[in-house]
Amino acid sequence: MSAGDRSDLSRGPRCPLPIADHPTVLLAHGGGGRLSRMLLDRVFLEAFRNPILETLHDGALLDLGDARVVVSTDSFVIRPLFFPGGDIGSLAVHGTVNDVAMCGAKPVGLCAGFILEEGLPMETLWQIACSMQEAAREVGASIVTGDTKVVDRGKGDGVFINTTGLGVLLPGADVSPLRARAGDVVLVNGSLGLHGVAVMSIREGLEFETALESDSAPLCDLVRCILERAGNGIHVLRDPTRGGVASALNEIAAQARVGIRLDERGLPIREEVRGACEILGLDPLYVANEGKCLAIVARERADEVLETLHAHPLGDEAAIIGEVVDEHPGRVVLRTRIGGTRFVDMLSGDPLPRIC
Amino acid sequence: MKYVDEYRGEGEAQRFLEAIRSTITRPRTVMEICGGQTHTLIQSGIDRMLPDALTLVHGPGCPVCVTPLELIDKAIAIAQRPDVILASFGDMLRVPGSETDLLAVKARGADVRVVYSPLDAVRLAAANPDRSVVFFAVGFETTAPPNAMAVWQAKRQGLENFSILCSHVLVPPAMEAILASPDNRVEGFLAAGHVCTVMGYEEYEPIAETYRVPIVVTGFEPLDLLQGLYMTLQALEAGRWGVENQYTRSVRREGNRSAQKVVAEVFERCDRRWRGIGVIPASGYRLRPALARFDAESRFDVGDISTRESPLCIAGEILRGLKKPAECGEFGRRCTPDDPLGAPMVSSEGACAAYYRFGRRP
Repeated sequence: MSAGDRSDLSRGPRCPLPIADHPTVLLAHGGGGRLSRMLLDRVFLEAFRNPILETLHDGALLDLGDARVVVSTDSFVIRPLFFPGGDIGSLAVHGTVNDVAMCGAKPVGLCAGFILEEGLPMETLWQIACSMQEAAREVGASIVTGDTKVVDRGKGDGVFINTTGLGVLLPGADVSPLRARAGDVVLVNGSLGLHGVAVMSIREGLEFETALESDSAPLCDLVRCILERAGNGIHVLRDPTRGGVASALNEIAAQARVGIRLDERGLPIREEVRGACEILGLDPLYVANEGKCLAIVARERADEVLETLHAHPLGDEAAIIGEVVDEHPGRVVLRTRIGGTRFVDMLSGDPLPRIC
Repeated sequence: MKYVDEYRGEGEAQRFLEAIRSTITRPRTVMEICGGQTHTLIQSGIDRMLPDALTLVHGPGCPVCVTPLELIDKAIAIAQRPDVILASFGDMLRVPGSETDLLAVKARGADVRVVYSPLDAVRLAAANPDRSVVFFAVGFETTAPPNAMAVWQAKRQGLENFSILCSHVLVPPAMEAILASPDNRVEGFLAAGHVCTVMGYEEYEPIAETYRVPIVVTGFEPLDLLQGLYMTLQALEAGRWGVENQYTRSVRREGNRSAQKVVAEVFERCDRRWRGIGVIPASGYRLRPALARFDAESRFDVGDISTRESPLCIAGEILRGLKKPAECGEFGRRCTPDDPLGAPMVSSEGACAAYYRFGRRP
């Protein structure tokens, strides 16, 4: 080792993100799209590199001798704190238990960390806590430990919540993005884009004829049902939250080195979501969901899984939306309503409403 | 969905495609003016379904793309003043200025807000009397009426803390500039349906006559575009020129007279610089002198702005229809929607962004 090397090391590892491109963190780094992925690859994977993290699943699977345990964490910074169909408390539970469920596990316990802004009304905090308790009770996972910090007024947005979920792997579960293979079928348990459009319409004061509600819901029971029915015929599970279905499927296609083909006519999207997206210039494939599960399953088990989804309260609008193919590995292709084709890319930047 | 699904039917699309294939007898080049039309063509996959003999070139109708660099730099400078709230449509925020963009200055603490209507900016001004609210008023004839209405409302409400940074542009002078250019290869146009909803299409008639080109006022749904292309090809093959209206459900020859009246009360014509193209005479709007107090450029002295375009960006050639995005050496390499070198990679109406998003990339 030369003297020059040593002096570099004494300053610690250098930040590998090209500073010239992004000297500061942008909102898009948290948008769930391409820049989020870049942050993950170049900062966190680079700094924390280990085989479990590198699977880049919604949670980590830990082999603890006899027990196979899943752990997953998520932070919630949503504005407004209360929105149609949920609030930051229920969302903080659903988001994390869903990440645990997407690993094929049953959530058993939750930790909660609160960052509170000075001046937050106690009544608001109480409502949030009650909502979390109700959501956790519903999935049978207690909130067993936690932490609270208070920051100066103006240094937080009311309340930020981090939750970490612990789960045990369900019998017969073997889900991983790497198991997607040509011939598999892509299913979703219901209509897309509800959470993102509901929150955006409240946040921006947009008024529509019909009130839209977030789809925020716990998916553990639904996942348990399909795993009981189809076992290791369920190859991949993913909840398409930030970045929407488009970004989730692109990640899977890239990791498994397969192509994914979607049919626009088969996408379950409610009229009011389509209408809002038309007006705002957004694509529902990129809009966040909080109660949706993408399941990539062996073709011969697809009908059973669809039947099981339809029988579940959270799956009555379930549909087959596409298939896994050998062609165009790493990319998602959409057959359009008029019979054309186009690629569906990862989300780039934060979705911005357009001028006209 | 009503008023949408009926213009996206696969059977009708196939019938129009067949009609287009049986009409065209030799290579033709048609320009769609509006970036919204470009977006639909690529998003629905029409560009890949058309016969090879028909070349589509994408026009300058992307307001974000043609807003001059110095104005973006001015917006960035004004936004950084502590007393200012800069309100803008969402897609202006990521357009690269000479050094930075509005999103980046927002990240460093500037008060930049996305609004959905210029009237929201007027409301912001009313709600924040101790701050100066500047609305970044860009766009074609389509956004001119609401922007004019914002100034009109601010005047009526006596809001002294509201102003606009104005860069309005007009379609017909740009079409003439394209047609008059010696390297022009456009033989027919799909005119922008929503611009014509406001302005009508009388002003396109002398252009069609002078340059002997067919101009078809066209909507934005897939079937609108296929029908507009079919009508343009029919005219070209028959050797006809003139203005035809495909978008009859929205456009009348005289346009929307009350919208035109508000625009005329607030704005007057002026020469305007188009980013990537240059100055086009009488191609824009500025505030009338009586309303000069609402002009952010005169209200805020931001000093000399020296602009610097990326030497790698060929936006000018893209916007004039001389090159396609994939013909740019930086497309999808150093220029992506996350790190755009030029404005056409930013807006959902920009041709480069449409090509990138829908996979027409290396």
